[in-house]
Amino acid sequence: MKLAICAGPATTGKTSVLRHAIRKLLESGQRIAFLKIDVQYAEEDEQFAREFGIPTRKVYSGELCPDHCNVMVLGDALRWARTNESDVLLVETAGLCLRCSPYADGGLGIIVLEATSGMNLPLKVGPMLSLADVAVVTKIDRVSQAEREVFRARIQDVAPSVRIREVNALYGIGIGPLVDHIRAIPDVPEHMRLRGNPPVGTCTICVGKKEIGWQSHFGVVRALDNQVFYRGE
Amino acid sequence: MINTITILGGHGKNGTAEPVQRIDLRMGDVISVVGPTGSGKTTLINDIELFANANTQTGRRILINGAPAPAEYHDDPARNPIALITQHTTFLSDLPVGEFLHTHARIRISDATQRQVPVGRTLDFANQLTGEPIALDSHMTELSGGQTRALLIADATIICNTPIVLLDEVENAGIHRTRALELLRQYRKIFIFVTHDPRIALLSDYRIVMQGGTITQVLHTDMAEQKVAGIVSKLDDTLSLLRDKIRRGERLTMAELETFA
Repeated sequence: MKLAICAGPATTGKTSVLRHAIRKLLESGQRIAFLKIDVQYAEEDEQFAREFGIPTRKVYSGELCPDHCNVMVLGDALRWARTNESDVLLVETAGLCLRCSPYADGGLGIIVLEATSGMNLPLKVGPMLSLADVAVVTKIDRVSQAEREVFRARIQDVAPSVRIREVNALYGIGIGPLVDHIRAIPDVPEHMRLRGNPPVGTCTICVGKKEIGWQSHFGVVRALDNQVFYRGE
Repeated sequence: MINTITILGGHGKNGTAEPVQRIDLRMGDVISVVGPTGSGKTTLINDIELFANANTQTGRRILINGAPAPAEYHDDPARNPIALITQHTTFLSDLPVGEFLHTHARIRISDATQRQVPVGRTLDFANQLTGEPIALDSHMTELSGGQTRALLIADATIICNTPIVLLDEVENAGIHRTRALELLRQYRKIFIFVTHDPRIALLSDYRIVMQGGTITQVLHTDMAEQKVAGIVSKLDDTLSLLRDKIRRGERLTMAELETFA
């Protein structure tokens, strides 16, 4: 079974891209399972179950970081997809963390970016872009061709090895090559590891200490004028 | 080397076959696309720009030198032979003009030593089309509609320097059209104008007529129309003169219309 994990900031068109990809994968005889991970609201699982009659699940990460949640549940999700005899598990993440990337070695990492989001966006999204295998650029009909080309160059500056696919997600034009990428990946290995490094340790803010200012916290902290340093025993 | 683009007809919005099933556009042709609003003009040039292969809602196919477009046209922007100037009159890009043009030159012009000159020439070209000068340190998002259009036309012609240029209703943008046509005619390319402007239509070699989402006929500019074209240009020049006077806060007199009285 193959695994593809899709990330990207909110409202860039992840769901529209995956909808066209699922349609094409089903046409080519692949069996698809779909998992949506979001923080507090999502209905893509119900939409896809209704539209395509495929097995779908969703997880609300709630108090957990959504990419952290992805790592936690992915093992179970792969087993679930296997029991459904799926050929491909597609995971759509909440896509909001600019520090992490949810991709796993042995699976395909897809980021969806919108051409309308400003020329500096590729520089801001960090490992979510640089560790992806494929960057899908949507909303290409909303900007001039010159801007499209410059946006693409900005992606290549940050992530030279990422393959860029421009897609019109309204009509599904340009989806073919993305589907080819998904079909070309090997089956997942038995033991999978997260591709990127998570951020530095657990902090006292993560565990619920809400006071403002590093003086109130322990572990790895930082002040405005200092680099990261360790405070504590 | 591109010699021809072929448009193979698809179907209209209601599924009926397109009346004109084949048009061959040759290098050096200047073509207009005309038709009422909603007749599918923009969709046609989007089909060309996407190298449609029966995969858009019109079912049209676009051939380059008689064959489907190679995949590298989409994979590598430096190889894309089409520059499309859309109806956008605003930029979303938050860069200064100079940085934007340099970045664009970097992907379109592979030789690093050859990039400086086109950026300067693009700015000069643009500033001949717009009344309000653009500076390299202007922010893209601050440009007016006319400045944006002027910069896009200049960028497509000089930095992209593609063999095919598609221009969607340039007349709406508040640029000097006469100057634009003169400057563009200096470059040997296939120019496709989507237009409502009789001057641009008559200066074209032929025009593609659209109705209800389909191409219904192809009209070549004949001898009679070439005669009309001269008077249309004069009318158009007179109107721009009147427009300029109004802009400057001047009054109009009958004297300006003497040739047409």
